[in-house]
Amino acid sequence: MDEKYDAIVLGTGLTECVLSGLLSVEGKKVLHMDRKDYYGGECASLNLTQLLQKFNKTLPKDIGRGRDFNIDLIPKFMMANEELVKVLVYTDVTRYLEFKQISCSMVYREGRLYKVPATEFEAIKTPLAGIFEKRRLKNFLEFIQSWRDDDPKTHQGIDLDKDTMATLYAKYNLSGGVQEYIGHAMCLYLDDSYKNKPIRESYNRILLYVSSLGKYGKSPYIYPLYGLGELPQGFARLSAIYGGTYMLDVPVDGIELNEDGKFKGVRSGDNVVEADIVIGDPSYFQERTEVVAKVVRAFCLLKHPIDGLEGESGQIIIPQQQVGREHDIYITCLSFEHNVVAKGTYLASVSTIVETSTPELEIHPALNLLGDIVEKFVTISDISVPKEDGTSDNVFVSKSYDATSHFVSVFDDIKDIYKRVTGNELVVKQRANQDQQE
Amino acid sequence: MSQNPRTSPSASNAESSPNSPAASVHVKLVLLGEAAVGKSSLVLRIVNDEFEENKQPTIGAAFMKRKINVDNVCVKFDIWDTAGQERFHSLAPMYYRNAQAAMVVYDVTRQSSLEKAKAWVKELQRQANPNIVISLVGNKLDLLEESTDAPEEQSGSAEAATSNAEGEDQKMDGEDGEQEESSSKPQDTDSKTQKEKPVSREEAEAYAKEAGLLFGQTSAKTNIGVLEIFNELAKALPLQQMISERQASRNSQLNRGGVDVNSMIRPSELNRQGQDPDARNVDNCAC
Ligand SMILES: Nc1nc2c(ncn2[C@@H]2O[C@H](COP(=O)(O)OP(=O)(O)O)[C@@H](O)[C@H]2O)c(=O)[nH]1
Ligand SMILES: [Mg+2]
Repeated sequence: MDEKYDAIVLGTGLTECVLSGLLSVEGKKVLHMDRKDYYGGECASLNLTQLLQKFNKTLPKDIGRGRDFNIDLIPKFMMANEELVKVLVYTDVTRYLEFKQISCSMVYREGRLYKVPATEFEAIKTPLAGIFEKRRLKNFLEFIQSWRDDDPKTHQGIDLDKDTMATLYAKYNLSGGVQEYIGHAMCLYLDDSYKNKPIRESYNRILLYVSSLGKYGKSPYIYPLYGLGELPQGFARLSAIYGGTYMLDVPVDGIELNEDGKFKGVRSGDNVVEADIVIGDPSYFQERTEVVAKVVRAFCLLKHPIDGLEGESGQIIIPQQQVGREHDIYITCLSFEHNVVAKGTYLASVSTIVETSTPELEIHPALNLLGDIVEKFVTISDISVPKEDGTSDNVFVSKSYDATSHFVSVFDDIKDIYKRVTGNELVVKQRANQDQQE
Repeated sequence: MSQNPRTSPSASNAESSPNSPAASVHVKLVLLGEAAVGKSSLVLRIVNDEFEENKQPTIGAAFMKRKINVDNVCVKFDIWDTAGQERFHSLAPMYYRNAQAAMVVYDVTRQSSLEKAKAWVKELQRQANPNIVISLVGNKLDLLEESTDAPEEQSGSAEAATSNAEGEDQKMDGEDGEQEESSSKPQDTDSKTQKEKPVSREEAEAYAKEAGLLFGQTSAKTNIGVLEIFNELAKALPLQQMISERQASRNSQLNRGGVDVNSMIRPSELNRQGQDPDARNVDNCAC
């Protein structure tokens, strides 16, 4: 422990574990510490005992064996084609994991759930668009899918980097209802601010949605058996295999700076462990972060599958306008098939960005879709972001996990920190050129 | 005794039935035990038939494979080494998850490592699949044999082994007490190690019997007993049951949306052979 490390990483959340893994693979000497005695930090998956302890509750009846539960504290799904999945494959962390498909992706409208159409074929059939609009929607999706940056013929007078989504919607004469599902159910925007921004970002999101859906069908989402907490564990193992040192359940009492104000080491009990840089989640650096929003999450245990869902797992999006809000509400539904609850029990996790002083009331429209709830655990957590980017003092703080339903923003933060730490872009290398054409 | 693992006893088996085995099963095998008892060395011995005295903690190779043929079944061990995560109690639940076999290793020259092994057995019983087959393995047998054959030699070779293990031992302190984790006192461990009394076979075997474990003594260095441990583990597994269960779960998984993320993104396993330092294979089955 007298030795000096290249990097100390604090907290074993996904962002931190991916960075540890990547740095270790590159030959950096990494010490990874967590003050908790389990992996995953804020985004751990807890068994029932841990969950009951955290929420100070007693065991509900008829719920099955506690050890069969792995409840994600940050409910999300992975999009089959998102960059995090590519990193999993590229680093061989997939070896430690098993994935299952999520059966459906649904959107709520006027009291009912509809399947999200994502292909031209589905667009023709969806009851979400009126008869005349179906064709316009199909044309819109064709325009997106046939776009080539280097082929002006495919541009139809549109500039993805200058024109706004509002302009594009107007061009295809798409109604508010159809805009809602493009923006919220396919692009997975939480609010409507995207409409006045350049098309490019939305374009990328639609492509991600459609290509993810195209991988396995049914829905664009996949999920690791035993919960998302497997992801940080897998990357931690990768790091350890490449020489990273792991310490759980250790005191982390703060950091020390050199005279020049740059990072020197981490204080743990009476010792200071030195390294060139430190990376950590906001819980280790409260004075260096600020709270930009709050998220309310409710983990609900049910004894029945959710009505209206196609299959035993799925995502339900309640677009903001449907329930008079500024931000969408998400519900992720999982079952025994994903090894996250005992047989016969179902998990529905509701989340949204807090807009009022009574967050529990804000999620009622979602809870109403669930039927009888056997037990409910509600958390309200801060979304914190670092005040500084760390390049001046070598203290790099990650962002909290937000309310989005996938890992795109988590991976953006990973890429961003990686670049600030190493000075290089993170290139998600493929083992062969196979995936590029998709 | 010190047999080359490539010529396994089941080779005779293969001769009597030249056809490939009727079935194959994948078995996740995990190694546990105190740091520096020789877990990684045992894996290296069974997978690559090598031993390196001063090998760095195995970098980039904590997931290896070995096939063993028993009763006309090809048992494909996916061997998980700890990657050093045993040192500060930082093994993840993922490590134990669905493990069907475990080797809990101690160092026959150090009584305290047997006590640690017992604690790991408890941990397995708490965390792992209840049907897991566990083998208790006393490693570094060569050091004991040297000491009985030639007492004069003993301190010399024991010292060599200890200083090899020093790096790990240093860190191992952390396992014993929180406070020591960050203060390295290598001499401390050295003296502790040297004073310790060896573990008698009778004692360890009696404990194994009582706890319902398989038992064996090995030397990864001189290749004693290593293959035997793997063969016994393979034989003790409920192979027929595993084969039918796997079939059943395969069928249901296809129906229920299991996906192979690898196959969708990366080229077939075949293309990857040779560029994957982490998946070395000793192929002694015809499957
Ligand atoms: N004499 C002797 N030394 C061994 C044997 N197995 C391992 N070692 C040495 O013990 C030390 C620790 O071995 P290693 O495999 O890294 O232990 P691990 O921490 O349990 O994985 C290394 O210096 C090895 O060379 C053995 O069978 N005999
Ligand atoms: Mg080792």
